[in-house]
Amino acid sequence: MTMVNHLINGLSLGSVYAIIALGYTMVYGIAKMLNFAHGDVIMVGAYICFYAVNQYQLPPVLGILAAVLVCTALGVVVERLAYKPLRAASSLAVLITAIGVSYFLQNAALLLWSANPKVFPLFFTSTRINEAGERVVVRNLEIGPLSVSYVAVVTVAACIVIMLALTWFTGRTKLGKAMRACSEDKGAAQLMGIDVDATISVTFAIGSGLAAIAGVLLCNMYQNLVPTTGSMPGIKAFTAAVFGGIGSIPGAFLGGMLLGILEIFAKAYISTQLSDAVVFSALIIVLLVKPTGLLGRPVREKV
Amino acid sequence: MEAILKAEDLNVYYGSIHAIKGVSFEVYPGEIVTLIGANGAGKSTTLNTLSGLLHSRTGSVRFLEENISRLASHKIVARGLALVPEGRRIFAQMTVRENLEMGAYTQPPSGAAGDLDMVYEHFPRLKERSGQIAGTLSGGEQQMLAMGRALMSHPKLLMLDEPSMGLAPILVEQIFEIIRNLHQSGATILLVEQNAQAALSVADRGYVMETGKIVTSGTGTELLSSPEIKKAYLGG
Repeated sequence: MTMVNHLINGLSLGSVYAIIALGYTMVYGIAKMLNFAHGDVIMVGAYICFYAVNQYQLPPVLGILAAVLVCTALGVVVERLAYKPLRAASSLAVLITAIGVSYFLQNAALLLWSANPKVFPLFFTSTRINEAGERVVVRNLEIGPLSVSYVAVVTVAACIVIMLALTWFTGRTKLGKAMRACSEDKGAAQLMGIDVDATISVTFAIGSGLAAIAGVLLCNMYQNLVPTTGSMPGIKAFTAAVFGGIGSIPGAFLGGMLLGILEIFAKAYISTQLSDAVVFSALIIVLLVKPTGLLGRPVREKV
Repeated sequence: MEAILKAEDLNVYYGSIHAIKGVSFEVYPGEIVTLIGANGAGKSTTLNTLSGLLHSRTGSVRFLEENISRLASHKIVARGLALVPEGRRIFAQMTVRENLEMGAYTQPPSGAAGDLDMVYEHFPRLKERSGQIAGTLSGGEQQMLAMGRALMSHPKLLMLDEPSMGLAPILVEQIFEIIRNLHQSGATILLVEQNAQAALSVADRGYVMETGKIVTSGTGTELLSSPEIKKAYLGG
């Protein structure tokens, strides 16, 4: 049964990675850039939600909504100010800028919200009356011998809903199809009358909004919130996106899930300290065997 | 009659390379006009400038009385100037139908079904393959798709960049047959070709480009029978 519990924890952590990886992969697919500041948007989202709920006493739903709105705006503004002027620049210049934006966000958070860790409130709990007649907070759902945290259930459900919604959006809507067209060939997309700049903005908006959701879910698992909270999950999610095949939405989902499960199993059965090493070794092996990632398509030369 | 498109004194640079040098020409409604010339003469650069992917440092492009030389290319399509780019550039990972839908991006959704029927009528092959991923089509089918996609935007002027490139002779014939049919149904076409013989035989008028300049112009028949043109482009 512990193994099933580990699997559920892995799926839940993997769901968070998958939600973050979706942002990475969509932005990469369309803007052909690695937005290394993406992980820090997670952190900003978590802080916004934290202050909305703790300081302004908003209900969690409104806290999450506030985080999504602020991060969506942040993503669009960052793209306009930092990345758009570099549209014609070399990819190395854009990469360095993204790293710069990442440090900027971390340090801005340090100034605004200090380095003191915040204890993130739990949103997904229930209460029961114990033997002494007191009301206690319960974090886990007991199903027979299984003990599943509420946040794990919510996270996996959120990830599946987001995944289905994005699949519908890119497959069925006009804007979503325009995004796919831009990701294939920006020049040809322009010739269709698609406003490529606007489409890139929408992509950043969606990715950053998802990052905010991931931030809130992540901080509900590990309740410690500091200005660097987003960096490691950001890198892991980037790994997940590459693992699954960067640019591919199902790939981000699969990569995130596999990475989460692998990490939890490595922690449980190999070593807590070595878990990251195991995760990144798996990435190296996958890339050696299939350089475009699990679901990545090889880039074909145009004939 | 007023020209539908009037390009005046275009000068286009790639960095320090002066690719188009003072090019001027016009296209009248209902005409097929062709730009012919060798590799690197600036034909594609000219089309890309008209469609807003590149911009000229001087002069102007007037399309339906409006100066479009400073407009972004996605706005130019909406005005009725469509380009079928060199190398087709279809969306290889999308289906045939989705490619056509992208062509109708600037159009109100109400006309979409009728426009699809119109394109399928010109290109029955596309109808058979509407659910297929476009990257799996043959070269000729991809060219048809690229042309059909451009037609979805109801162009008042359709620009074709090397539609016969890389196609087997029988398919080249088919593509030119389609160009003739489009012309008969009233379309105005600006055609860029290396296959000068085929281009001049369908064209009402032609311009000959050499190293970024227009060196000769005339009707299709005039150019076809001109000894210099024969020598330079038609293999004697």
